[in-house]
Amino acid sequence: MNPQHPRISQASIAVHNGELSFGSRKLWSELDLTIQQGEYFAVLGPNGSGKSTFLKVVLGLTQLNSGSISVLGSPAKTGNPGVGYIPQQRPLPTNAPLRARDFVGLGIDGHKWGIRVGNKKQNAVIDQLLEAVGATEYAKVPIGLLSGGEQQRLRIAQALANDPQILLADEALLSLDLNHQYAVSDLIHRYNKEKNATVVFVTHEINPIIDHVDRVLYLANGRFTVGTVEEVMRSEVLSDLYQTQVTVIRTNGRYVVVGGDANAPLDISAGDITHPHCSDHGLGSTYAEREIRA
Amino acid sequence: MIHLIVALTASEFWSKIFVFDRYGELVQLLSQSILAGAVLGVIGGFVGMFVMMRDHAFAVHGIAEMSFAGAALFLLLGFDVVTGSLVGSIASAILIGLLGVKRSESNSVIGALMPFGLGLGILFLSMYEGRANNKFSLLTGQIVSVDDSQLLEMIIGAVIVVAALTLVWRPLTFASLDPEVARAKGVPLRALSLLFMVILGIAVALSVQVVGSLLVLALLITPSAAALQVTSSPLKALIFSVLFAEISMVGGMLLALAGSLPISPYVTTISFIIYVLCRIVAGVRGRHSASGRGETQPQKIAA
Repeated sequence: MNPQHPRISQASIAVHNGELSFGSRKLWSELDLTIQQGEYFAVLGPNGSGKSTFLKVVLGLTQLNSGSISVLGSPAKTGNPGVGYIPQQRPLPTNAPLRARDFVGLGIDGHKWGIRVGNKKQNAVIDQLLEAVGATEYAKVPIGLLSGGEQQRLRIAQALANDPQILLADEALLSLDLNHQYAVSDLIHRYNKEKNATVVFVTHEINPIIDHVDRVLYLANGRFTVGTVEEVMRSEVLSDLYQTQVTVIRTNGRYVVVGGDANAPLDISAGDITHPHCSDHGLGSTYAEREIRA
Repeated sequence: MIHLIVALTASEFWSKIFVFDRYGELVQLLSQSILAGAVLGVIGGFVGMFVMMRDHAFAVHGIAEMSFAGAALFLLLGFDVVTGSLVGSIASAILIGLLGVKRSESNSVIGALMPFGLGLGILFLSMYEGRANNKFSLLTGQIVSVDDSQLLEMIIGAVIVVAALTLVWRPLTFASLDPEVARAKGVPLRALSLLFMVILGIAVALSVQVVGSLLVLALLITPSAAALQVTSSPLKALIFSVLFAEISMVGGMLLALAGSLPISPYVTTISFIIYVLCRIVAGVRGRHSASGRGETQPQKIAA
């Protein structure tokens, strides 16, 4: 948070008594949460805990089963110009007649009717966005020929195109190598600070963004907890959340989470920098097995 | 002796494909039809872009079969065949749009619908007791002597298709590429998808008149597929797509006038040749740079 900023007291996203379930499976309920304007907010939890769905509720793509949510002062709805969205990485179609800059341009006016007419001001904005994410070199390359990491940077540029007050990122660092992970997370952090924009960052891997995060929403087993990183990333808090013995190890300002019970649906990978995969093997696969059995 | 016979049949064969006797008169006589073909080329070039982007090739085929069924039914009942094919294709397009929102779903819907439509069409045709020539031409196309009202019908259809596509160009592109983000941005996916299916229905019904329901793909898909091989600039792709469709359509008609075969083999062959050439161009370009994107430079990210 940025205490000296005048807009700090303004609520950016507010959820009251929110409940969300898929059929009979309850993802979370009784969620009361206020995210302040300018806050960097992380949403953590294992697969299937409703992290991405939380973003979809904010975007108005999914409706709460009960309770209410307001985004920038009005009920969540699609097409809110104050919200930018970086979706989970999915390859773009290979034969689309679109170059990188056209794709970023969709973030500015893709929702408007008609055809884009060449516009100097808009081209300048697109150039700036491309530069900000380091994509200038491949501005005119067809999007289908770009790698996953390159496409991901374009998605970020696209999401920032309208100067959103809220930036929602769904596993934005996935499929990026370590260098790009830190570069992209820096980019989002700078946007957060310079524009006093709210960032809601969904991830199963907190370490790359840990220095930027103000507060965390941790979802697991239909339960949740909210607090600062120090408050949430503790053995007793996560053990209580998962209802099984979980050990949180802090080393060099990074967190490693180790599940005590092999059946625990725990796949938060630790992502220690020196051993990026040290703990996610056993835990990740147990969760996958569980899913198959269920 | 044998030699002579072979030579004779060969020359007969060629004279079937190309006869240029009194060619000018023929062109004059059928100028309306050629104009209609040119109009179809524009439709094919425009619609094909989105057919490719939305991966709807199978839908085109399915709608064409249903268009055939509609035309056969109207032929049997003694109504206008063109109206019949419009009814058949728009009805099936809306059905596909409503039942299959996701691509995987829509493919199975089309797979279920298409043989049913074709079966119905065959049933109606076998019940029809008019000229046999009419039956066959519904499937494989023909150069009909297009009269003023038919030409007007096509021009109106083309204006509707092009105007509607121009209006929804950006959001439809967005929705086709990245549906989730587009929806979050407030793009009405379902309405756009249905609208596009109706546009597609109109385009298919009009194309069926000339190339027949079995060969609609040559007009609605091949030109755009070829264009996307050689460019990925949105504007150039559209221009090439329309250009290729025009060359296939008008060129095919002009050649067909010189022979006694139906028009479709000429159109499909030209359109296929263009496609092959474009693939070769793309292949040669791709070989010059492994990534297919010019010089490769080490990448830096501005952080």
